[in-house]
Amino acid sequence: MIHLERRRSSGAASAVALAVSIGAALAAGGLVLAASGVNPFAAYAELVSDPFGSAFGWSETIVKATPLIFTGLAVLLPARMRLWNIGAEGQLQCGAIAATWIAVFTPIGHSSLAVPVLLLAGMAAGAAWCLVPGMLRAWLAVNETITTLLLNYVALLLVDFLIYGPWQDPQSRGFPLSPILPPAAKLPVLIAGTRVHLGFALALLAVGAVVFVLKRTRWGLEIRIIGDNPDAARYAGIDLARNILLVMAAAGALAGLAGAGEVSAVSGRLQQGLSPGYGYTGIIVAWLARLNPAATVLVAILLGGLFLGGDGLQISLNLPIAVVYMLQGLIFFFVLGSEQLAGYRLRIGRRDHAASASHIT
Amino acid sequence: MSPLIAAVLAAAVRSGTPVLFATLGEIFAERSGVLNLGVEGMMLVGAFAGFVTTARTGNPWLGLIAAGATGAALSLIHAVLSITLRANQVASGLALTIFGTGLSASLGRSFVGVPATGFRPMPIPGLEALPLVGPVLFRQDALVYLSYLLVLAAWYALYRTRWGLNIRAVGERPEAADAMGVDVARVRYGCVAIGGALAGAGGAYLSTAYTSMWIENMTAGRGWIAVALVIFATWDPLRAVVGAYLFGGVNALQLHLQASGTGLPVYLLLMAPYVFTIVVLVFATRETARRRLGAPAALSVSYSRDQ
Repeated sequence: MIHLERRRSSGAASAVALAVSIGAALAAGGLVLAASGVNPFAAYAELVSDPFGSAFGWSETIVKATPLIFTGLAVLLPARMRLWNIGAEGQLQCGAIAATWIAVFTPIGHSSLAVPVLLLAGMAAGAAWCLVPGMLRAWLAVNETITTLLLNYVALLLVDFLIYGPWQDPQSRGFPLSPILPPAAKLPVLIAGTRVHLGFALALLAVGAVVFVLKRTRWGLEIRIIGDNPDAARYAGIDLARNILLVMAAAGALAGLAGAGEVSAVSGRLQQGLSPGYGYTGIIVAWLARLNPAATVLVAILLGGLFLGGDGLQISLNLPIAVVYMLQGLIFFFVLGSEQLAGYRLRIGRRDHAASASHIT
Repeated sequence: MSPLIAAVLAAAVRSGTPVLFATLGEIFAERSGVLNLGVEGMMLVGAFAGFVTTARTGNPWLGLIAAGATGAALSLIHAVLSITLRANQVASGLALTIFGTGLSASLGRSFVGVPATGFRPMPIPGLEALPLVGPVLFRQDALVYLSYLLVLAAWYALYRTRWGLNIRAVGERPEAADAMGVDVARVRYGCVAIGGALAGAGGAYLSTAYTSMWIENMTAGRGWIAVALVIFATWDPLRAVVGAYLFGGVNALQLHLQASGTGLPVYLLLMAPYVFTIVVLVFATRETARRRLGAPAALSVSYSRDQ
């Protein structure tokens, strides 16, 4: 008899599994590329050399990784208590809307307070957007996976409404663009000669804050207990609804910060395509980081590089950015599969009952 | 009844049909205990495959078959990951949606703006002349009629056949079904594949009947709306009809308001179907809790004899 048997997986084993998964995903994606008439080797050469082949490439990769760290955390934090926030994309857009409003449509935009206020406004808007599904979940037990996702479409339409309507720049000659943010509202650049902005430092701070909260605070302890066993948490007198609201608000604030940063430091105005889907990629960031906040930085750089490489492919090989999504989906598949396989070992012979009795979640 | 109301109701049926296909499919998957959040991705790839096949062969029925087959093939990725490898079903479904979105847009770019001749309205003689129901239900295209039959077939299969009993047993208590000699994995693979085929067909409806064109991301969240409607339908194919046509009604109404130039901003009207679905989900959740019509007990729990 051949059995799958549970075994403890090590960090090294999961790193190997990740590398193998990415290789397998690239191989599978290469088949699709070849089928659509593109030389996969040429495409992959660019996909790697653009983001990681030069100092400038690295700096641009970090620019792309910055929102991904935020959205990764925005997925990770609720996931630690078994909530799925797949609405980071919409929360990011709301953060961008609020930041634009502060910068362009209030006097604060021209003052020295512009940057901190627009960042706070972005956080507040993202938090509010995520609190809607949070409240529905906490008080009415409505499935948060579906509501967070559906609100993405609403948020994107809200952006469209604004930039095609009341917020359209009179000088944009009919293009759906808001006015440009004033100089005072631009996030400072961290490294001269690059576009790496304050948002990256804030993202690293956010990682530190999430690590601290989860490991060192009573709130983090409650989140971990709920994540381990919601029933036990209830018996221990932990207020589930309150924790859901707090975690969803925090998640929304993180994603909102990503949106405020993109508008202020990268696009400079509210427009379509502000995010190529950073919110959705945040799901993959969180999962590939195995819900470990510190690991989101590395995964975000890896997937940020993929976005940057995808931009290059659009120009040089005329490939759509959708290729990046296809590859991300494939990586996700192979990681899910290899994690499960790495968690087991094939065993030939009699079943070892002691070993197979462990709980599988 | 005024012709205007009949026209809006007929549009509601058309608009609800792609969601109805996908909802019926997801009901099968979830009834067997497998949550598949890849519906949106499978619909998109189905819409693409259906469109390309229709454009190339000139035969929308071949397009429908291609869409169903492609949807089923994609769903098997989810089946392997979640049934055989026991991976997290939410994660695997999300991966499928991300992959399907990327794949359909990558392959589909050269088909944007390509013409095709899809399904055309095909009034049913006799029935179309009925007052009220005639113009609404029986002056539609063949796929709408197919969806009527599918609802009845799905209900019959789930509640009146041995196989349907097995599906429900596997979704409620897989260990008991296993003890009775039901092959749990086999039933689940079958149901996930049905879900994929119907999601693909729903996609094909959008690209070969509702419109006759391919647009990137043309499902615009309908796959997710289908997942929500499964809860509204309390996993019952007959109630899925109500949910799908309610969604279709809201969509038809907002399109009508857009066309009639009420001055309401288009982008705010376009939000209506999503907001409506959230509201419906809230009421459905309260209703299912009150009447104890919960999800299949083993939904999204993988099964292994070892446990």
